[in-house]
Amino acid sequence: MTHDAPPLRRSLPRLLPDRFAAFGAVLIVLVVLAAVLAPWLAPYPLDEVRPLERLRPPSAEHWFGTDQVGRDVLTRILYGGRTSLFIAAAVLAVSALAGVTLGVVAGYAGGRLRDVIMRVTDVFLAFPALLLSLALAVVLQPGVNTVILAIAVTWWPWYTRLSASVAASIATRPYVDAARCLGVPAPLIILRHVLPNSLTPVLVQLSLDAGGVILTAAALSYLGLGAQEPTAEWGLMVQQGQTLFTTNWWVVAFPGLAILLTAFAFNVLGEGLRGALDPRRVR
Amino acid sequence: MLRHLARRLGQALLVVAGVVVLTFAVMRVVPGDPAVAFAGPKATPEQLAAARERFGLDDPLPAQLLAYVRDLVTGDWGISLRTRQPVRDDLALAFPASLELVGAALLLAIAVGIPLGVLAARYKTKFPDFGVRLGSMLAVSVPVFWLALALQTLFAGALGWFPVAGEYDARLDTTSPLTLWTNITAVDALITGNWPILTSTLHHLVLPALVVAAYPAGVIAQMTRAALIEEAGQDHARMGRALGFGETSVLTRFALRPALNPVLSLIALVFAYALVNGFLVEAVFNWPGLGRYAAESIRSLDTPAIAGVTLLVALVYVLVNLVVDLLQGLVDPRVRVR
Amino acid sequence: MIEVRDLKVCYAGRTVADVPELDVGAGECVAIVGESGSGKSTTLLALLGLTDGADVSGHIRVCGVDVLTAPPRELRAIRGARAALVLQSPQAALSPATRLGVLMRRALRLHGRDDGAAAMARAMEAVLLDPAILRRYPHEVSGGQAQRFAIALAIALGAEVILADEPTSALDVTVQAEVVGVLRRLRAERDLALLLVSHDLALVSTIADRVLVMKDGAVVESGPAARVLAEPAHPYTRELLEALP
Repeated sequence: MTHDAPPLRRSLPRLLPDRFAAFGAVLIVLVVLAAVLAPWLAPYPLDEVRPLERLRPPSAEHWFGTDQVGRDVLTRILYGGRTSLFIAAAVLAVSALAGVTLGVVAGYAGGRLRDVIMRVTDVFLAFPALLLSLALAVVLQPGVNTVILAIAVTWWPWYTRLSASVAASIATRPYVDAARCLGVPAPLIILRHVLPNSLTPVLVQLSLDAGGVILTAAALSYLGLGAQEPTAEWGLMVQQGQTLFTTNWWVVAFPGLAILLTAFAFNVLGEGLRGALDPRRVR
Repeated sequence: MLRHLARRLGQALLVVAGVVVLTFAVMRVVPGDPAVAFAGPKATPEQLAAARERFGLDDPLPAQLLAYVRDLVTGDWGISLRTRQPVRDDLALAFPASLELVGAALLLAIAVGIPLGVLAARYKTKFPDFGVRLGSMLAVSVPVFWLALALQTLFAGALGWFPVAGEYDARLDTTSPLTLWTNITAVDALITGNWPILTSTLHHLVLPALVVAAYPAGVIAQMTRAALIEEAGQDHARMGRALGFGETSVLTRFALRPALNPVLSLIALVFAYALVNGFLVEAVFNWPGLGRYAAESIRSLDTPAIAGVTLLVALVYVLVNLVVDLLQGLVDPRVRVR
Repeated sequence: MIEVRDLKVCYAGRTVADVPELDVGAGECVAIVGESGSGKSTTLLALLGLTDGADVSGHIRVCGVDVLTAPPRELRAIRGARAALVLQSPQAALSPATRLGVLMRRALRLHGRDDGAAAMARAMEAVLLDPAILRRYPHEVSGGQAQRFAIALAIALGAEVILADEPTSALDVTVQAEVVGVLRRLRAERDLALLLVSHDLALVSTIADRVLVMKDGAVVESGPAARVLAEPAHPYTRELLEALP
């Protein structure tokens, strides 16, 4: 990345004509609202078990049917959104914070420090995200926190690599040189000039990555390494219902669709953002 | 050129070293006491001590790490706690099956993704473009395990068009036994002319390969589209138009080959992702590959086996990256497209 | 061969080229001069209907075809075969993965011309190129060779008009002379109409009959080359002339 990415706010007007991105943004707002308002939107209390109403197909009382112990599937999907979005937000916050800090330092400092940081980054990048998360999730106690830690450990290097390359190109700009000559201390230069310029590509990457994190988290839960009963989590719901797919499809189909829709929304928005912020954009 | 090669090789070796250390750290340091894992929760103190002795767990960590590296290099990847077989032998059986699945999936993804990308670029901003963008976006957003379950239920369960699980019909092992060469069933069946097993394997491959192919196909279609649109704006595409070629000819006969360069390096990178994504699919379709091996190892907390899988995949990943990197460094991607 | 009236090319509401009148007859050479960004290249592309995503209005006739209203098929039939384009950077204008001979054969076949080796060799020899070069890839030939190959394409296809966009500016001085020599000779031998876009007034003075001077999308001065270059009426033309070494 050698070009100056334009600041986000100047690109926003250009973003609007992209119907794809707008569509993604609307979807995300809906998904977030549904998750945040789950306690009010949900037709039933989260853990209400009605043994007599097991595996009811979708109906007026239970739009998405009921599961194998008689819980309302729609209710659990709404609450599951909270779990998924919380995991995604936590993973991205942790990895962006760690990754960008290291990356900006590496990119600005250059030299040996940069080499060391980048080699460590390479090591982590050599593990496909799901795999290292798998290994970590196995050795730690399964649970939401483990999922967050396991995914964050594999995710931060991407931000390091991204922000290091941006920071390195900004560190050679005349105005940064000037600031250095004036004796402005390095931390201040990083804070004032290098960091703000690195943020735009990172924001785009965050949006693109949110979908991937949600998919990875769901996969870990599906393998039984993530969220545990009675937490409502989409991947877990798929796993628990998988043997029922033929006979009671709604138990599995709706949680899967929820994952698909959420990941899709983030991917669409991320693609749109990337397109709008890319100066070489092809319309 | 030689310097570039040496540099990249050096970096790759460094990464491999890091990978080994990290795997060691995750497997030996984090879980607390591996002796308990080996000897079981009801082990007597004497049994525990014996286990500690056997694995050198009382040695200082650097010494343990050194011993671990020495074992790895000499080909001792540990003994699986579950199968009680050397992990290396288990991997040698499971990895080819995964390769078979991922290879088939990538071929499928290329065969579908590139034409769709061309179609989208040809009708940029029109309906086909919209359709391909939407479809590829869905393909990269779908949870693979769920797609696997859905296709299995629909096409294998309800419609019965394809087998539900497995790599080939096990009864064929008695009627037409397979001679192993590469451990990749389809390839071995092909070179030994074992048609019953070959057709059975291909039949079993369809559904899992489709699922694994979804993500790469989506990414390849998107990349092909973007690269083609970029190429179509270049002077040589303009020249093609100025020579009277129609837009489709300009794209497929002049722009496509240079545009494939970034797509090809992308395919190499998607390979590793597909391999791990394949894990989930293997679990659903009971495909006898690394994924199923990993899933079973996870269930029985078989740390040596999990470490082996992790290490193997990371090594493959480093290798693939190195090859892609060297190919790109060897040749100017702009020029060398023969 | 080329007849332009009231041509306006707009991108997103901004007029980038406004040419009230431009005519090039057979055997004639007209040059459009101006700085980069003055709209001269856009004008050239508009003549073949190659301005992607622009609003083009006015009246354009090239080789008897009304470019703005003709069906795409008819437009494609004149492109290359009757009106050929030569672009500035010679190698970038050739598809990197296609051998020169393959490109030429495809183009000849497309327009139903003789695509035999002899015909191709003749076209190459007309621009003083070794026909063996047809076996090469674009990156294996020099800039001057690539540019002459582009002209050979036009010859092989039997073009009557050559539209050249800065054909020499990416080349060394000696190579420039070669390319210009080829263009001048072909124009005389084959009665080619030549529309040249250039910022190189020295080149223009040696080859053009008439000159259009463009600035910021508008034609500021036009007339016989000898007069415009000797007694420029517009201050901008004087500026351009003074910039000459």
